[in-house]
Amino acid sequence: MNAADIPVLSIMLAIPVVAAAFCLFVRAEQARVIALVATLANLALGVVLWLSYDPAGAQWQFTEAATLFGPIGWRLGIDGISLTLIMLSVFLMPICIGASWTSIQKRVGEYMAAFLLMETLMIGVFAAQDLLLFYIFFEAGLIPMYLIIGIWGGQDRIYASYKFFLYTLLGSLVMLIAMLWMIQFAGTADIPTLLNTDFPVEAQKWLWFAFFASFAVKMPMWPVHTWLPDAHVQAPTAGSVILAGVLLKMGGYGFLRFSLPMFPEASADFIPLVFGLSMVAVVYTSLVALVQQDMKKLIAYSSVAHMAIVTIGLFTFNQQGIEGAIIVMLSHGLVSGALFLCVGVIYDRLHTRDISRYGGLSINMPKYALLFMLFTMASVGLPGTSGFVGEFLSLAGAYKVSTWATLIATTGIILGAGYMLYLYRRIAFGPQVNADAAAMSDVNGREMWLLAPIAVVVLWMGVYPETFLAPIRRDVATIVARVERAAPAGDSKLKLEDPTTAPYRVVHGLKKNMAEGSH
Amino acid sequence: MELNASLSLVRPELILSFSALALLLLAAWREQAGRLISILSVGALVAAAAFVFAFMAKGTDASAFDGLLVNDAFGNFAKILVYIAAAISLIIAPRFLEKMGAMRAEYPVLILLSCIGMGVMVSATDLISLYIGLELQSLSAYVLASFARSDGRSAEAGLKYFVLGALASGMLLYGASLVYGFAGSTSFSAIGTAMNGEVGLGLIFGIVFILSGLAFKISAAPFHMWTPDVYEGAPTPVTAFFASAPKVAAIALTIRIVLEAFGSQIFVWQQIIIAVALMSIIIGAVGAIGQQNLKRLMAYSSINNVGFILIGLATGTEQGIAAMLVYLTIYVAMTLGSFVCLMQLKGKDGGYREEFADISGLSKTRPALAAAFAIFMFSLAGIPPLFGFWGKLVVFNAAVAAGLLPLAVIGIAASAIGAFYYLKVVKVMYFDDAADVIAQSDDKVLVWIGGLLAAANSPLGYFAIPALGVWTAYAARALF
Repeated sequence: MNAADIPVLSIMLAIPVVAAAFCLFVRAEQARVIALVATLANLALGVVLWLSYDPAGAQWQFTEAATLFGPIGWRLGIDGISLTLIMLSVFLMPICIGASWTSIQKRVGEYMAAFLLMETLMIGVFAAQDLLLFYIFFEAGLIPMYLIIGIWGGQDRIYASYKFFLYTLLGSLVMLIAMLWMIQFAGTADIPTLLNTDFPVEAQKWLWFAFFASFAVKMPMWPVHTWLPDAHVQAPTAGSVILAGVLLKMGGYGFLRFSLPMFPEASADFIPLVFGLSMVAVVYTSLVALVQQDMKKLIAYSSVAHMAIVTIGLFTFNQQGIEGAIIVMLSHGLVSGALFLCVGVIYDRLHTRDISRYGGLSINMPKYALLFMLFTMASVGLPGTSGFVGEFLSLAGAYKVSTWATLIATTGIILGAGYMLYLYRRIAFGPQVNADAAAMSDVNGREMWLLAPIAVVVLWMGVYPETFLAPIRRDVATIVARVERAAPAGDSKLKLEDPTTAPYRVVHGLKKNMAEGSH
Repeated sequence: MELNASLSLVRPELILSFSALALLLLAAWREQAGRLISILSVGALVAAAAFVFAFMAKGTDASAFDGLLVNDAFGNFAKILVYIAAAISLIIAPRFLEKMGAMRAEYPVLILLSCIGMGVMVSATDLISLYIGLELQSLSAYVLASFARSDGRSAEAGLKYFVLGALASGMLLYGASLVYGFAGSTSFSAIGTAMNGEVGLGLIFGIVFILSGLAFKISAAPFHMWTPDVYEGAPTPVTAFFASAPKVAAIALTIRIVLEAFGSQIFVWQQIIIAVALMSIIIGAVGAIGQQNLKRLMAYSSINNVGFILIGLATGTEQGIAAMLVYLTIYVAMTLGSFVCLMQLKGKDGGYREEFADISGLSKTRPALAAAFAIFMFSLAGIPPLFGFWGKLVVFNAAVAAGLLPLAVIGIAASAIGAFYYLKVVKVMYFDDAADVIAQSDDKVLVWIGGLLAAANSPLGYFAIPALGVWTAYAARALF
């Protein structure tokens, strides 16, 4: 197969836009079908992308370049990190459309169009190889999300939509100035070139802060996370899924793609800041999650806590930490998405997010209770689920840098078990105190189709993470090599030589032998 | 021979002058021929534009009338922009003014006269010709503002505009006299020569007064106070015209005088421009927040946008000027589009609506109109992927290139304040319950022009970036 000649990425960007245009002019039922077909087509293309991506090939694959827009280069291309995040996006999109199949009844065409545009912009963010193009995709996502929250959201949707828009806009604008400065300095907006440009150490600090302002809001990190619970609670189910599943990952992707490799010295200097904020976030938001009465709010706060593990992992400057952070991002994208879907399932039946209105659902909704439990465990980080792999790796990486940060971040897992199990107990176990909740029917076929694929992938990632680690390993190693000159010494002061990588190499070698044997 | 050569360089203005006079006669003879005269006026603008294009193709850069006017790429670019904006203002007006009962044959003639003034403004290289062009444009504008004679607000707007405009002209003249007195010449190039070396206090005073007068004309803070009242009072097509063509001309004039006459003393005027730019951005953004009237909102939006445009001037570089021209071009498309949307807000009772309450839930009753309006609002806010983002980007890029980082950071942070009220328009149209007071559209011309401008502001506009970049760079080079 000669995939290099077909502009797969451009096609993946174009399909949703064309479908969105159609959705605006047709009836509701047709709009749903068009949206589903378009997202499934993109998923199929994503699978093609995944299968034809060569982990040992060039760093940037499926590259495209066109000079249609003057200084804004239409340059696309992906490495393994982009690939996994694009896969996450195209995997979640059909599920989002399915989740909105019956719950969205007003202005369906516009709703589907907004989601399809969102998909284009998400893929664009991960595939852009031009700094300005990246910014356009990154920022443009605000418009459809603003409309999704504002039109189809809950009670306080207007406040939430404003807060979401203005918070993230303000964060990003300063980044734009930094980008302009970088383009002037390097003479190009080409991201692969910029990745190997050494910016002056003094300037790096300012640039790093400008990028940090944007990505920290997007991530979101404490204390600029407050837009997230509002946006999550008010957004429709599918909006929450996309927000938690993919949009938050843009922050992590930004740290990984820009902050670390472009400003290694500044990143190293600001490790205490990042770790400090992350430690506060893990403990504080976990405690806040513990006392929530609103299911969506609880999951939103747990997202902030999980994202804090991501930031700790990213700023470890070593292979385990960064790989772990990426796996946490993928895992959280799936798990929190699935949890929001689980909330959506019962919200559609009872129209309340109040935890106390439910109870004993395992009696009348056994299938639901099983799936919900799986995702709860994955969120807690139980071995065998995706959550464990990512959290373990990133914390193992963090241990090399700061034992204290690791200690505190690990309490997040304990607290996470606390609030998630407490949530599960209140919803699924105990007596059936509410008659209307006890009368709810179990998940139907459509809902099963939404949740089961995620459950499969969550287990897959937990049992055989190599599938997901293989494409990113080399690219993470590239980043680690790039930042090595500024890597922190670490406080664990191990007597033996580097125990974290030794067994890892053995496993890696084993894989290679097995792979070669199978040829 | 000398006169002939000069006259051949002002052919566009000559065409417009003769057309205006001929059409005025026709208007006197046939009172009700407003529509016909509008069409003929657009034809005159097209003919004038054809001559400008011919000049641009030839690449002439020649001085006319002993250095009073110049025919160069910069002036020609501005003229094209002015003619396009004026032509659109002419095309959208007749039906609207007829419904108000205010359509008269003088409307297109006044716009043509104003265009002559603007043509002189953008090519003036002498304080005298500058003033003549400015006054011709302004006097036409005063009459246009009060064109709906039966409407008290319109009359008030005209009077207010006239009184404050006269004050600004006075300041400008006073500054011009100071500059003439201390430099010894009214010609830009001679003033430029006189300004080499030490600059006396008198000259600085002169510059400050001239810039104050010009700040009034481009409605930059702190001389912006007239803008909301005039925008609100004047009939909407006239407001659309005010917000586009004269703004282009006045900004082009400001660029030319600042660079050609005062260019050697950047430290004298740069601080003034920076202060005016930041004040305009912030006052424009904050002032708009409480507005209930959409035309007043657009007035503050124009103040805000002028601030962004002036950032380009503050750089004093060729790149900065080219960026200003890019921004101006996009701004004309954004602002005309917004006003075209406003003009379609005809209530079910037949009257025109312009309040926030009237567009509540507009997306349910008039989805296409609401979508177009939303595109213009997001574009004005500079949110990618809409084309307005590109204008802001090039201006800030020029500021960063010129090392004005603090200005760029403050300016762009303030643009987030502006985003608030643009979002409010979208919120009212999309999130609120339908007020259902707006009738379905019956004006195909407005729909088509609105659609075209919306397409230009959509991501499709990005295809114009390469061409726009070449033209603006070419135009800006003429000043250096």
